Amino acid sequence: MQIVQQIIFVIALAVAIYIFAKNVGKIRRNILLGKDDDRTDNKPERWKTMLKVAFGQTKMVARPIPAILHFFVYTGFILINIEVLEIMIDGIFGTHRFFAGLGPIYNMAIGFFEILAVLVLVGCVLFLTRRFISRIPRFHKPEMKGWPTKDATIILIVEIVLMAALLKMNACDQILQARGADHYAQAGSFPVSQYLVPIFDGFSDGSLIAMERIFWWFHIIGILVFLNYLPYSKHFHIILAFPNTFYSNLKPKGTIDNNAAITNEVKTMMMMPDADPNAPPPESFGAKDITDLSWKNIMDAYTCTECGRCTSECPANQTGKLLSPRKIMMDVRDRAEEVGKRLDHGIEEPDNKNLLDYLSTEELWACQTCNACTEACPVNIDPLDIIVQMRQFLVMEQAQAPSELNMMFTNIENNGAPWQFPASDRDKWTTEI
Amino acid sequence: MSEPIHIPTVAELNGKGQPVEVLFWVGCAGSFDERAQKITKAMAKILHHLDVNFAILGKEESCTGDPAKRAGNEFLFQMQAMNNIAIMNGYGITKIITTCPHCFNTLKNEYPSLGGNYDVVHHTTYLQGLINDGKLTFGKGDYKGKKITYHDSCYIGRANGIYDAPRDVLKKLDAELVELKRCRAKGMCCGAGGAQIFKEAEKGEKEVNVDRAEEALETKADVIAANCPFCMTMLRDGVKHFNKEDEVEVLDLAELVANANDL
Repeated sequence: MQIVQQIIFVIALAVAIYIFAKNVGKIRRNILLGKDDDRTDNKPERWKTMLKVAFGQTKMVARPIPAILHFFVYTGFILINIEVLEIMIDGIFGTHRFFAGLGPIYNMAIGFFEILAVLVLVGCVLFLTRRFISRIPRFHKPEMKGWPTKDATIILIVEIVLMAALLKMNACDQILQARGADHYAQAGSFPVSQYLVPIFDGFSDGSLIAMERIFWWFHIIGILVFLNYLPYSKHFHIILAFPNTFYSNLKPKGTIDNNAAITNEVKTMMMMPDADPNAPPPESFGAKDITDLSWKNIMDAYTCTECGRCTSECPANQTGKLLSPRKIMMDVRDRAEEVGKRLDHGIEEPDNKNLLDYLSTEELWACQTCNACTEACPVNIDPLDIIVQMRQFLVMEQAQAPSELNMMFTNIENNGAPWQFPASDRDKWTTEI
Repeated sequence: MSEPIHIPTVAELNGKGQPVEVLFWVGCAGSFDERAQKITKAMAKILHHLDVNFAILGKEESCTGDPAKRAGNEFLFQMQAMNNIAIMNGYGITKIITTCPHCFNTLKNEYPSLGGNYDVVHHTTYLQGLINDGKLTFGKGDYKGKKITYHDSCYIGRANGIYDAPRDVLKKLDAELVELKRCRAKGMCCGAGGAQIFKEAEKGEKEVNVDRAEEALETKADVIAANCPFCMTMLRDGVKHFNKEDEVEVLDLAELVANANDL
């Protein structure tokens, strides 16, 4: 019987890892549909940013309550993984609490994990409360209707159920340990699950072993299923938060990179000596689809966990405009998924769709480029960079700027100022001082 | 009224063979906008008062291209930038002071990769430096007992991380500095950025500048301090929206400093 369990476990584990790796591979491929952007400079600063922002969660603290709750779930997730490692070893080798030999350290660790499990549970319950009872506005913006809200609910409920299974498993285990049941050697301390003992104490050894096994299997299969849910979910941020912050923009936020292809065009036009007249002209200006964006823009989209801090800080959104930086990120991800699905099916030809089928020019033109969104994002996502690239497409490829902006462009071209003042008046103020 | 001040151009000093230490980049708003000209004049008076060797480009100055770039016209931006760089490099400019955060950001962050490398300083930081060096003192207690609130412009604040310099300057005025609810890194935009000032806002429930002015008025401050000519326009319009223009003044840091020095 034991060996059958071991075989089933190994197969389940292998299948789960295989499918997960395959789906992560697809996301990687989708991210690399974006254009090159060298983000490998200044490695020490990059490591520091990742440690601070992703590992240290420094940008979460701007909002203390969710920061604390998220910290519970986050540390719970990272540390309980150590116990998951033991569960895997037990599963493969048919052992019972493989690390028990560590003695008091082990007991302390298991006790600590139980406390963490409760904190995760509490965190998730409060997160659900905030979302559905306090109805915090950023969770109920239009872009959150349907799947995004369902996704959030699934994540929180699965985490609650998994933690509950872990605690119930420990409750059964400790009763079996106390009764001296075969295979259940004394190990671990159970500061939380001891309170669940009365629920299970009345059962026979046989029923308890069955229940312990059921909870054990439920917990680990739950984790493997959840692992495979990640690539389909906003919850993928638990993985991408780290590379995404590593590849953060390290320049001052105000910098919008100069488009190098355009630089050569301008230099050629101005007949500057360092222009390269033989360089091929750029295929297109700005971004109309994900393939025009950089890989980092697409990674940003896959990293977004739709918390909506960007949107709630956005001045346009706060004053009732259509723009929501979070929606920009969700649209980019949805479009990348759509393009990726076609590639999965081996379809190479384009589908005549682009990002503008997902988001409107009204959204793009409402942006103040104020960087409130990039400042607010706990994992350094940059919606502004995408907005500017799409504006470039609208202006330079489609000549679709709002008419007042076209007027502004004309004024700059003719008078060297965005307004219609004669350039000769530029220093008029000096005569009045 | 003091004697009229002569503001030299770089070309003029160059013609006389005189070196120019600092280029005062006036910017389009500072040059043409009637209200912003007052900021320009205040800053020029401060520089003159301190005997700084400065000059302007005058008619040779042209838009940095910032609004074009933010609106998506990268082509026009780079043309403007390269023309300006050619002129400044031709004169051997090394240091620039500007009263416009947008010019500051573009000159400092976006000109270098196009060949324009200068030490660019926004006047908030410059004024703070002058105070720290003991060059600028505040004789007149014009603002004593008054309440001043400070509006962080996006392009000095978040875009370039300058939060303390303007506050340090304001603290010297002997006034009570009250913070806005959304300040520093969480400072709310005035509504002008990203070329918005040149167009009608998209459909919404409220204008951004009205929202921000409302917040500023809630502080009951006598003065709203700004550091950007565009914020100035937006906040003034916002204050007017609430008919408070007679009670609450919107002033630039340069103006506050000039007033406190009787310039």
